[in-house]
Amino acid sequence: MNLLSPPQIAEVLQAAAGAGFVSARCTEWAEGVKGRKSKQVWLKIARESLIPTLQRLVAIHYPHISVIACADVGAQVELMYHFHVYWGIPHEEVLVTLTVALDKADLKVPTITGIIPGALTSEREKQEMLGIEVVDIPDGRRLFLPEDFPAGVYPWRKDETGIPPDMIKDLWATGRENLKFEDNPPPPAPNPANPVNPV
Amino acid sequence: MKTIEVKKPSGYATQIGPAHPALKEPVMFTLDIEGERIRRVDFVPGMAHRGIEWMGMRRNCIQVMYLAERICGICGITHAISFVRAVEQIAQIQVPNRAHYIRSIVGELERIHSHLLWAGVAAHELGFDSAFYLAWRVRENVMDLLEYLTGNRVHYAIIQIGGVRRDIVPDQFPRIEESMKFFENAYAQLAAVFLDDTTVRMRCRDCGVLTTDEARELCPVGPTARASGIKKDVRIDHPYAAYADIEMEYQTPDLLTGEVRGDVYDRIVTRLLEVKQSIGIVRQLLAMLPDGPLLAIPKPAVLLAKLKGAAGEAVGRHEAPRGEVMHFVRLEAGKDEPVAWKVKASSYSNYLSWIPMMEGEQIADIPIIAASIDPCISCTDRVALVRPDSRRILTKEELHRLSVEKTRRIQAALAKRENP
Repeated sequence: MNLLSPPQIAEVLQAAAGAGFVSARCTEWAEGVKGRKSKQVWLKIARESLIPTLQRLVAIHYPHISVIACADVGAQVELMYHFHVYWGIPHEEVLVTLTVALDKADLKVPTITGIIPGALTSEREKQEMLGIEVVDIPDGRRLFLPEDFPAGVYPWRKDETGIPPDMIKDLWATGRENLKFEDNPPPPAPNPANPVNPV
Repeated sequence: MKTIEVKKPSGYATQIGPAHPALKEPVMFTLDIEGERIRRVDFVPGMAHRGIEWMGMRRNCIQVMYLAERICGICGITHAISFVRAVEQIAQIQVPNRAHYIRSIVGELERIHSHLLWAGVAAHELGFDSAFYLAWRVRENVMDLLEYLTGNRVHYAIIQIGGVRRDIVPDQFPRIEESMKFFENAYAQLAAVFLDDTTVRMRCRDCGVLTTDEARELCPVGPTARASGIKKDVRIDHPYAAYADIEMEYQTPDLLTGEVRGDVYDRIVTRLLEVKQSIGIVRQLLAMLPDGPLLAIPKPAVLLAKLKGAAGEAVGRHEAPRGEVMHFVRLEAGKDEPVAWKVKASSYSNYLSWIPMMEGEQIADIPIIAASIDPCISCTDRVALVRPDSRRILTKEELHRLSVEKTRRIQAALAKRENP
């Protein structure tokens, strides 16, 4: 197999993303005595470019999907699709991350299970944890959250749809409901003669 | 393109769980049954979801490292090493080489203990309890060794951001070598018990098959993928820690049997081969152990200040005993806590493989097939809530009884054939 270098992969995927391309960067990280490097390609693309870019990636090497990671960044929710290509070739694997930002007003993303069926677990998890809608997902049920989990609460969101304070159970309060947090004894005062944690 | 059809079960449906059929961890299977045959499989995880990622995004990186270590009790080093590797890449912390080697050595000892634990569970599911006792007795040796080296049997607490907590000194080498010799003998014994046994072969050969194409599309990891002929191993594909310095081979079942069938038997072969491989890796790494410090930044306050100033995103990966574990971390300057943290455990990737494995098999085969991917539910689920259900529930005990009965039937038929 003719292997493409990480910058070449970025270039090919940029062409496939077309007008939806936002940015690309390549990173390396070496560990061990010999200094062999692991390689990463990070691409930011628009939602519309996700499927064509992924199809181009499949043409390079059938990717293994690790997971779809996510971050709530205020007005948007970012999805990071982590793929690996060139697995099975010692020390040559490249991590390709496709980042897609979705506006909170329109949290829809096409499913990629038509290309990689193994992405289903991750897509179902993103729907329940982030409140996004994966269009055409073959199985849209909840995965980890119970069926009676309140609707409209998305644990990984950092806005008003996140976990409300009344859903958080403080372990320290269990069995001592009449005790307030302020009633706890104060932490021990630092004793210069006997430092607990010398720094 | 093949899509995975998951419909409401029709006709005779039976439910297993949330008490798990194979391990003592909760997951619920719903099976569409025709006689003894499984027509369709559906499963519901999440009974052990503890919201760890939510907690992690409210703690500083050093606290998250301890939290990550407690995601799983079996892979005590896996989640910690994946998390710290992501943080080190963001903050550009160069870990001393000696620390990389110690991380890898403990990682391999963990693999030996986990695979032996699995071998015991698999034997128990088959009704082969003498092999279960053998595997778990052998496993005690590696648990003792881990305690000797790290101070703990589980949650070794040896990983730190920027290095490791404890050194392995030359005085300890003979004790490690003693254990490696013990495992070489144990490997030969276990291989004979598991691989040459007619009953194990009859129960596991061509049972729970995952083809190479299915494995490529469903993206399983670790021994589950390798037993189906997918050459994928983070230690080889992605150079990290001390694994970057050594040459290794993908452990696929054809190395021993000459063919890949992707059945339960192949998964047993793969794990046994990996125990043998881990013995070799530990010896090799001990011989190559470089000198140097153990920690890049020994003072926690300095480290916390550096992490508070770091910004960026990175992925940390490690080949756990069950396959690839991946942590995605994003840090922002001026914030103590990671603004994004996603944990991907190995069983998370392996769940979907249950569907093609179980369809068409018998109810009595469920325990061994479910166990064959070595599922780690607490790793993958991260509020326990169990609802009573009026539908028929097969308990773990019932399932185990069914499985044992099938083994006895096969043994009886075999005895009849041999001594008519």
